[in-house]
Amino acid sequence: MARDAVLQVAGLQTHFFTFGGTRVVRAVDGVDFTLREGETLGLVGESGSGKTTTCLSIVGLLPRAARIVGGAVVFEGEDLTRKSQRELRRIRGRRIAVILQDPMASLNPLFTIFRQVAEPAFFHQRLRGRSLRERVQSLLRAVRIPSPEWRMREYPHQMSGGMRQRIVGAIALAGGPRLVIADEPTTNLDVTIQAQYLDLLKDIQRDTGVALIFVTHNLGIVAKMCDRVAVMYAGKIVEQAAVRELFDAPKHPYTRALLGSMPKLGSKEPLYSIRGQPPNLANLPPGCSFHPRCPDVMPRCMTEEPRDFRPGDGSVARCWLLGDVLARP
Amino acid sequence: MATIPANTRLAAERTWTGRLAALVKAAREAPLAVVVILGGLILVAALADLIAPYDPTLPVKGAEIFAPPFWMEGGSLATPLGTDFQGRDILSRLIYGARVSLIVGLMGTLVAGGIGTALGIVSGYLGGWVDQIIMRVTDAWLALPAIVFAIFLAAMIGPSMWNIIVILGAVYWTRYARVIRGEVLSLRERDFVKLAEIAGASKLRVIKKHILPNVLNTATVLASLTVGVVIIAEASLSFLGVGVPPPQPAWGLMLSEARPTLMAGQWWLTVFPGACILLIVLATQLFGDWLRVRLDPQTRNL
Amino acid sequence: MSQFIIRRVLYSVVTLLILSATIFLIVRLTGDPVALMAEASARPEDLERIRHQWGLDRSWPVQYVTFMQNAFTGELGKSFNYRLPVSELYFQRLPNSLTLGLAATLISLLIGIPAGIISAVKVNSGWDTVAKGVALLGLSIPGFWLGLVLILVFSVWLRWLPTSGSGDWRHVVMPALALGWYFAASMLRLTRSSMLEVLGSEYIKLARLKGLPDFVVIAMHAFKNALIPVFTLAGVNMVVMVNAAVIIEVIFAWPGIGRLLYEGIFQRDFPLVQGVVVMAGFMIVVINLLVDILYAIIDPRIRLTR
Repeated sequence: MARDAVLQVAGLQTHFFTFGGTRVVRAVDGVDFTLREGETLGLVGESGSGKTTTCLSIVGLLPRAARIVGGAVVFEGEDLTRKSQRELRRIRGRRIAVILQDPMASLNPLFTIFRQVAEPAFFHQRLRGRSLRERVQSLLRAVRIPSPEWRMREYPHQMSGGMRQRIVGAIALAGGPRLVIADEPTTNLDVTIQAQYLDLLKDIQRDTGVALIFVTHNLGIVAKMCDRVAVMYAGKIVEQAAVRELFDAPKHPYTRALLGSMPKLGSKEPLYSIRGQPPNLANLPPGCSFHPRCPDVMPRCMTEEPRDFRPGDGSVARCWLLGDVLARP
Repeated sequence: MATIPANTRLAAERTWTGRLAALVKAAREAPLAVVVILGGLILVAALADLIAPYDPTLPVKGAEIFAPPFWMEGGSLATPLGTDFQGRDILSRLIYGARVSLIVGLMGTLVAGGIGTALGIVSGYLGGWVDQIIMRVTDAWLALPAIVFAIFLAAMIGPSMWNIIVILGAVYWTRYARVIRGEVLSLRERDFVKLAEIAGASKLRVIKKHILPNVLNTATVLASLTVGVVIIAEASLSFLGVGVPPPQPAWGLMLSEARPTLMAGQWWLTVFPGACILLIVLATQLFGDWLRVRLDPQTRNL
Repeated sequence: MSQFIIRRVLYSVVTLLILSATIFLIVRLTGDPVALMAEASARPEDLERIRHQWGLDRSWPVQYVTFMQNAFTGELGKSFNYRLPVSELYFQRLPNSLTLGLAATLISLLIGIPAGIISAVKVNSGWDTVAKGVALLGLSIPGFWLGLVLILVFSVWLRWLPTSGSGDWRHVVMPALALGWYFAASMLRLTRSSMLEVLGSEYIKLARLKGLPDFVVIAMHAFKNALIPVFTLAGVNMVVMVNAAVIIEVIFAWPGIGRLLYEGIFQRDFPLVQGVVVMAGFMIVVINLLVDILYAIIDPRIRLTR
């Protein structure tokens, strides 16, 4: 595993400033992770835990109210948080690509498939004419669109959902990226098409060695796709570990709860559901954000925020339980 | 991030006191300028008899005709904004004109809102062929430009202030019917309506207790935005001579009477009444915009 | 597709039937048109004769059927005053109204679209505030008063433009501005909200994620999608302006359809008034129908969702 780090996110903080800056929502609050070539990182958590904001912070395309207030995003040795929009534009779609959630909505209804797939190659690689057409055809072939020379003249509404999402995949590959961020790319697809799509992504990754960030709340997909997993809760990564490690020996009570709420084949055990409401980011509880819902809460959790603990197996978890374990000889 | 579930909001505002409290709260936070302008105009209209220096329908004794405003040569402080072609005091006519504009604007809106809301509720709640008929009629009404329809009706029925109110009400109800119907269609599927129906409440009772209170916010917002339209429509009709008949002091009528003298450069006869219309409509529009944001954040793009 | 068109055509026919019946009834319910029309000194026998001549002594259903039969052959009755078919008068005036409507549409587009786009792209900025102010003034300034003020400034004081009548372009400027003003505001509002909606869409997000220049994202991806409803409204508005410019045409003595209606009212020419109003309704129903069909052809998604 001595491959180069493609992306290093360190202490990333992205906050939303609403109502004229009077209300601050810490959507992302101190996130660290590293991603190597060919590696897949799963980013899991409930909706509103900051997964999507983390991804948008990486590419520098945040909503108007949001701002990166701290930390660094080092991509291939360069800190993206210090770059201008103009510089970022040359990276987006070329070296970093993003696949969005909704295949039905992420294609422009009035442009042909050709035009939409060709754009990154047109603007970034400056391909024109025949070479551009050939490039688009080979991209469409790579995502297994049948008879691409035909299909590329059609419009999005003439395609099925699965096909559209594959086209979105082709757009992502068009610039020849080193990193692809897939934000819940299969949520709106049928299960069989979902599986096909995931296989496709795996194949492409094997062929190109692209690094992948996979945002999802589906742990089954994580198990299938990812090398490592980061669990987010209330803007922070509460546990990060290799996939096997996380599934076999979850350290954080929240991870345990997430795993417990996943149905297992053949098991008649009742599903565990996490008590309480997801946290209100504008008004987080003191101490550990998870403590009001935590089954193993201790007095310390209510006042003091846990730091990262490294139990030695390569995993990282933010929980005082581990502190106790480590403190004991 | 933290959204209040829609149901609690509805429950809180379904009582009349709750609604009143929300309105009072909203009024207290209203932008000052708009409230001052609107309140001032309403006050002027209400107290016209006390404020106006002269009878608006009679020439001022001893005053010249076409006297300019007091700051111009030949003007006099006795008639501060000048006099018209009969020697009537412009200021007094403007003050009484506010009364006409406000009465027609508010009453016309009330008539339009009443017709439209009632039809919208019936259409949306009953559905079926009743809905079909009402919506086809609405389509037919919308096919005619409102102002052409109003001119046509006014020409047929004859000019008077009360006729104009009924006419404008009969012309401008369509928007209410459409919007309210849409709202009712979605309300009809809500749990509290379903529950009331299962509990055996009559249709009339469901409409009265559950539907009407929940569409009132929307109707209020629409009304606040219709007042200005109705005021301009009244001025247009009066200007064309099919609205408020002379010698009543309506702003549109004053503009019409000023027309022959426009070429002579007697600008005050044209500028003042128009500016009054602009002011009152602007104030109601601003008030409506603000009310819309307050009462019904979902229809901001209406 | 053909099913969609047939249904839309049927709807339009129903709308027209209701509309014509309504106008027909209003004319007869609000009093005796002949008495309204004739001079006070007219003798009862004369009134009777006129009534018979216009078929007004027959029962309403019979009158309505006759009226509709004539309407289907393009005959909307004969003007009392001009002694000419109403449709002939209408089409005589139509070119003038079209000129004015076209100019006003152009003005409304020239003001509304750029302001709406700037306002949406720079949302909540100073530009946006200015644009919102313009939109507000557009709805608050009565068009006919704007016309009067324009005459005052440009004809009376500056003596740049003629006050009234028709002829070269200088006659069109002021009425078109006065007429287009209100519609400019509605164009601005629609462009702004439509652009905002499109700019917030996923495909615009993806276009930005592709690293496209802002200009390409806004001018090509967003613009094309946002302007379909805007141009649709412009088309409908133009037909409305052609038929509804009554006051503006009166103020500027523009010999169009609006003035024809006005003359009809003051000459108590009820067949003319009835005919022009029905024609206006007909034109607008037809343009709405055309727009809907055109939409379905341009954008096949509509066929699927309706």
